[in-house]
Amino acid sequence: MSAVIESTAEETRHDSAGPWRAAFRRLRNDRLGMVCVVIVVAYMLIVLASALGLVARDWNREVGVSYANPGFLPHLENLEAESSRNLTAQSKVPPVDLSDIDPLAPYYKELDERTARIKVTEIQRSDTLPFGGDKWGKDIIKKTVKGAEISIFVGFAAALLAAVLGTVFGACAGYFGGRINDLFEWIYNVFTSIPYILLILAFAAVFGKGIVTVIMILGITGWTGIYRLLRAEYLKHREREYVRAADAIGASDMRRMFVQILPNVSHVILVQLSQHVVQFIKAEVILSFLGFGVPVELVSWGTMLAEAQNELVIGKWWQLAAATASMAVLVTAFSLFTDALRDALDPKLKALL
Amino acid sequence: MTEQQNLIEIRDLRVRFRLDQTQTFDAVKGVSFDIPNHATVALVGESGSGKSVSAMAIMGLLPPESAMILEGSRVMYAGRDLLTEPRESLQRIRGKEISMIFQEPMTSLNPVFTVGDQICEVLRLHMGLGRAQARARAIEVLSEVGIPEPQLRVNSYPHQLSGGQQQRVMIAMAIACEPKLLIADEPTTALDVTIQRQILELLADLKQRRHMSVLFITHDLALVGEIADHVVVMQEGEIRESAPAAEIFQRPRHPYTRALLECRPRLDRRPQRLPVIDDFMRTEGKPAGQQERKRGVTGDDAIILEARNLSKEFRLREGLFGHKAFRAVERVSFTLAKGKTLGLVGESGSGKTTIGLALMRLIDASGGEVLFEGTDLLKLSRRELMPYKRRIQIIFQNPYASLNPRFTVGNILIEPMQIHGIGADLAARSKLAYALLDRVGLGRVAFNKYPHEFSGGQRQRIAIARCLTMKPDVLICDESVSALDVSIQAQVLNLLQDLQDEFRMSYIFISHDLAVVKYMSDQVMVLHDGKLVEMANSDDIYLAPKQEYTRRLLSAIPRGFVPAAA
Repeated sequence: MSAVIESTAEETRHDSAGPWRAAFRRLRNDRLGMVCVVIVVAYMLIVLASALGLVARDWNREVGVSYANPGFLPHLENLEAESSRNLTAQSKVPPVDLSDIDPLAPYYKELDERTARIKVTEIQRSDTLPFGGDKWGKDIIKKTVKGAEISIFVGFAAALLAAVLGTVFGACAGYFGGRINDLFEWIYNVFTSIPYILLILAFAAVFGKGIVTVIMILGITGWTGIYRLLRAEYLKHREREYVRAADAIGASDMRRMFVQILPNVSHVILVQLSQHVVQFIKAEVILSFLGFGVPVELVSWGTMLAEAQNELVIGKWWQLAAATASMAVLVTAFSLFTDALRDALDPKLKALL
Repeated sequence: MTEQQNLIEIRDLRVRFRLDQTQTFDAVKGVSFDIPNHATVALVGESGSGKSVSAMAIMGLLPPESAMILEGSRVMYAGRDLLTEPRESLQRIRGKEISMIFQEPMTSLNPVFTVGDQICEVLRLHMGLGRAQARARAIEVLSEVGIPEPQLRVNSYPHQLSGGQQQRVMIAMAIACEPKLLIADEPTTALDVTIQRQILELLADLKQRRHMSVLFITHDLALVGEIADHVVVMQEGEIRESAPAAEIFQRPRHPYTRALLECRPRLDRRPQRLPVIDDFMRTEGKPAGQQERKRGVTGDDAIILEARNLSKEFRLREGLFGHKAFRAVERVSFTLAKGKTLGLVGESGSGKTTIGLALMRLIDASGGEVLFEGTDLLKLSRRELMPYKRRIQIIFQNPYASLNPRFTVGNILIEPMQIHGIGADLAARSKLAYALLDRVGLGRVAFNKYPHEFSGGQRQRIAIARCLTMKPDVLICDESVSALDVSIQAQVLNLLQDLQDEFRMSYIFISHDLAVVKYMSDQVMVLHDGKLVEMANSDDIYLAPKQEYTRRLLSAIPRGFVPAAA
């Protein structure tokens, strides 16, 4: 008997288009949306490859001369590289004999012997790199890839944290109302009444530096928008008849909040999540630019932009260009993808309800 | 002569809707009928019959991006084809010579303008009246449609008027320019039965005085018996029968017409099962006669549920700090016998839904007791209440809202079993769910589908199946069939009746539809403004109402076609 039942269940499973599948079909029909999906996926693959050490593992190696020219502009004047080269050249000139007044003179021989024992491999620094080099001659492309890893990871993790906080707070405030709502509204008002950047800086000053800190700061300060929307959704949905029907069958508050209502507001969370990813990638850049972001031994798009501040004055634009371009493409693609996602998931547009 | 007799001649009207790039849907498939001068034509059909689409086509109100009126369709008005008429001249006709009123008066009126402004706008646009003239005329038409104190009411905003008054304002706006044709699209469906009667009388009266024609669109055949001269019955975009009213009601030819007449419960008869459309289609319109069902309580039935002095107050905020108590239910007491049905009738705001919700503790009552087998449910803690929750269940009015759209039907049915620990494991629960889907007539394929894939009647069956998973003793049906078409309504009522016979459940049947309550109930309780007016066995109350309010309520029921006294 049960075998018969299961087979009928299997047969009918595929012919039923659930709300999620219908949304995915609409997304697939959106050509711009799909292009953006491809771009975003490409970024994700690069980040994954970089995280696994497949690419850009050696981003920290100084492979070029200081401010190496980009490969497509090899003949640009590079005064910085010249000067450092001159510096080494000058040091080769034999020093004036000062042995009678130099207190270290008796030790020079010994020092020279010890120096000779240390093997120095002279790296052949190239004059040009594919997209130029930074002050220390690091490859900008590798640096950008490595920077993407940190920036995108921070963006996603912080957005996830903010979404979880916003959803739980919003669900509690909207669903229970009354005192609980008052409490969360009060917290919300405190958080939103302080200027955003000031709030971030305050947290950053207290917590100190580090990737985890950046994620915490962005998550803790960024949940307010999601909270506001989710609270409104829960206010609306708790009055719906299907929630009342769930009450009638004896479903607990938790069950009504997170099993019954949550799937019906998940499109809001999803869209907010992706919008906050974009927002937090930008916020990480700002934080790092201001010196509150990721530590110096790591690289993110933000630290790259912070370095670019000084480089631009001496006409070295490639680090700035690489970081901004890669960020702009991702942010644009992700925003458009978010738009397409919202259109696809919006229950008002679909003939489902 | 015949040319002048017909105000509008509709010939071979075909309307096609584009669903998406590839699919189209024919909503109206070659409909032809006439609207004579100074006559009321009723366009009757269930949802999806194309009746409203036909009316919109006449008015030129169909959305041009999705609707196509096919070649060969004609709507002749005063020698001109309205379908090919340019937009400007159509706009002159629309609102002036042909006007329309809709189902929901609240959404049809603009909430930020006074009713006077809205009527004046029509008058100044179409009649070229000045400000003062228009205002005077607006007051005139408001008094004509029976609005008390029109000089004051002309300055009211729509929300300050009751539903019936709003519909009167809509009618005033529609007749302000003395139209030749008034199209009324379900004008009374959203209104209480007593208000419905007043609006019908108003329409009949206006037609008489203004010498206009009325195209009355409705799903309720009984309603048009009193006012229509000619009835057009539509189904699935086609005309099934078109005849003078007397003929439709006394000698219906098409089985579908006969089915529509018979599906609706009647006040004078109570068959074991209501006939459904299939019965008529299968038997060429002559289903076998049935035994009458006996109803009523004798007094020695076992009592399962008893309410004593049940009250519910809502506190409304008034002013800055003040509160005002609104008594939705005031000291209502009744008993429900095992295996019997108690009908709750009353107009909107009478507190009938509040009673249903308070019995289940879906809202907290302000006072009184609800005794279920001797236990006062209102005093139990949430934990103590759980075993009782399973035993009292409710089916809500709106089948589109009461099912979670993100759950499959299988999940919807299994969830209550999980909560109450019914069935050993998922397999056992699924098995029970499949069996129940069969029982309510949906079939096993429904298990993995989502609610949006079902029609209103089917969704109500899902809701019924969900309740049955918990094997309740008391089932509260809160307007459960009110949103359904007449034929579907009959099917769901039959299902509910079968289930009661099978499981000996007690029903509390809440409805504003007195005929349905009469058919379903052993006892009927009449409520008015939160107070119990009268309670008696259903046959008694309908035959010999004791209270004035009950009499008024009963006299407002549409009587169907009443042949002129010979």
